[in-house]
Amino acid sequence: MRISPDELVFWQYGFLKFNATIVYTWGLMLVMVVGSKIVTGKLSTGLRRSRWQNILEIIVTNILKQIEDVGLDEPRKYLGFLGTLFLFIAIANLCIIIPGYEPPTGSLSTTAALALCVFVAVPLFGIEEQGLGNYLRSYTEPTIIMLPFNIISEISRTVSLAIRLFGNIMSGSMIIAILLTIAPFIFPDLMIALGLLIGMVQAYIFSILATVYITAATRTSKSRRETGE
Amino acid sequence: MLIDWFTVIAQVLNFLILVWLLKRFLYKPILNAIDAREKKVADELANADTKEAEAQKEKEEFKRKNEEFDQQRAKLLNRAKDEARAERQHLFEEARKEAFDLRAKQMEALSTDKENLNREISHRVQQEVFAIARKVLKDLAGTSLDERTVDIFTQRLYELKGEEKEQLTSALTVSPGSALVHTAFDLPQPQQDLIIKTIKEALGVEIQLRFETTPDLVNGIELTTDGQKLAWSIKDYLESLGRSIDELLKEQSRDETRSKSESNEFIPETEPGAGTRHEPASDTSKPEHARDSTGV
Repeated sequence: MRISPDELVFWQYGFLKFNATIVYTWGLMLVMVVGSKIVTGKLSTGLRRSRWQNILEIIVTNILKQIEDVGLDEPRKYLGFLGTLFLFIAIANLCIIIPGYEPPTGSLSTTAALALCVFVAVPLFGIEEQGLGNYLRSYTEPTIIMLPFNIISEISRTVSLAIRLFGNIMSGSMIIAILLTIAPFIFPDLMIALGLLIGMVQAYIFSILATVYITAATRTSKSRRETGE
Repeated sequence: MLIDWFTVIAQVLNFLILVWLLKRFLYKPILNAIDAREKKVADELANADTKEAEAQKEKEEFKRKNEEFDQQRAKLLNRAKDEARAERQHLFEEARKEAFDLRAKQMEALSTDKENLNREISHRVQQEVFAIARKVLKDLAGTSLDERTVDIFTQRLYELKGEEKEQLTSALTVSPGSALVHTAFDLPQPQQDLIIKTIKEALGVEIQLRFETTPDLVNGIELTTDGQKLAWSIKDYLESLGRSIDELLKEQSRDETRSKSESNEFIPETEPGAGTRHEPASDTSKPEHARDSTGV
């Protein structure tokens, strides 16, 4: 029994290796990019459009709406990062209905990679929005004493992002695997259905938390400016 | 160890590549399509607004024109009504005038008919009276009416006096050839000679006379010369008879008219003078005594 798909290694050369996580990720990437390319290759700007275009438009506009609802004023600027986070995690989790598939999000390496991306992106967006000085100063809010706590909070929330996603998906996979050995009929299917739900929820949670962090990083300066400091 | 650092780095790279690819193949085209469509919809809405405004304007224009048209129509209609009324009045007047003319013509025709009838009657009466007189005279006195007529005429010539006599004498003297004697009957030679003789004795003029027969004279005799005339006939008596008959007819028609006008107010009154046409015309050249002459 494997806890993580990292352990299934197809090819290895010293430090370099192609394990199941990377291969499934490539597969997902291929599907997503090729699918998008096929659908967006014949986009219609008129009132009549294909159902695939409709679906993609619904997804994109809803992501934009969610970002805006959280509080980002220019959702399109963050759509690339946040939208890809959500879509990748969601599709990775939904593909568990394919037999033999192991979700890359069930690997701590993947979730850690995504959490690291968020960890780096938040200060980048913050600095871009309000400048380096203002951004760094935000760590000392409301007082300088809060600086270490702010830093700790920054690191811990990144870790929690990674662990939360990994734990949920991995546990789902584990339960299915265990149930398959105990009761091979019906129950694994129920658990897969539950896993689909959990996967969607986790994708939503991960991306919405990332959005909230970015919003917090970009908004501090604005609120400061608004209060006249 | 759950975290494999190579996988972490690979996944970070994979994620960044995916972000770039999706931006390029998914978000950008989709957002562009949405923007284009929204722009199109907005354009169409703006266009629709413009068109609606135009339509509104046109509607108002149409309404205004319609009102104008209504007003014009009403004006034209009123004018046409006025004209029709005037035309009707005109036609009515004309018809009345025509009716009046027609009635006048009818009246005239009627009176002409009546006159003709009267003339015919009088002519017939003359002939009848003449025939009766001729017969009565012959039966009672044994004399011919023609002879008595010539006698009376000659007697009249003898009785001529003063100015009349002078005028007749001078007329006969000036143009002796123009003297002409009209009679209603063929005058026998002795009578012709008697007249010539009488003229010679009474007026002292000797002339040649021409004799002509004119049935219209109704047993009368008439001497005409240059502007002068001397005549006798029973026409005058007949005219007197005609007058009395006319009087009678007039009385009768007046009675009828009164009774008609009582029953119907609109019946026009007959011309009262219609029956009195037979008043003898005053002939200036006719000697006064011709009318005063007494009967046979």
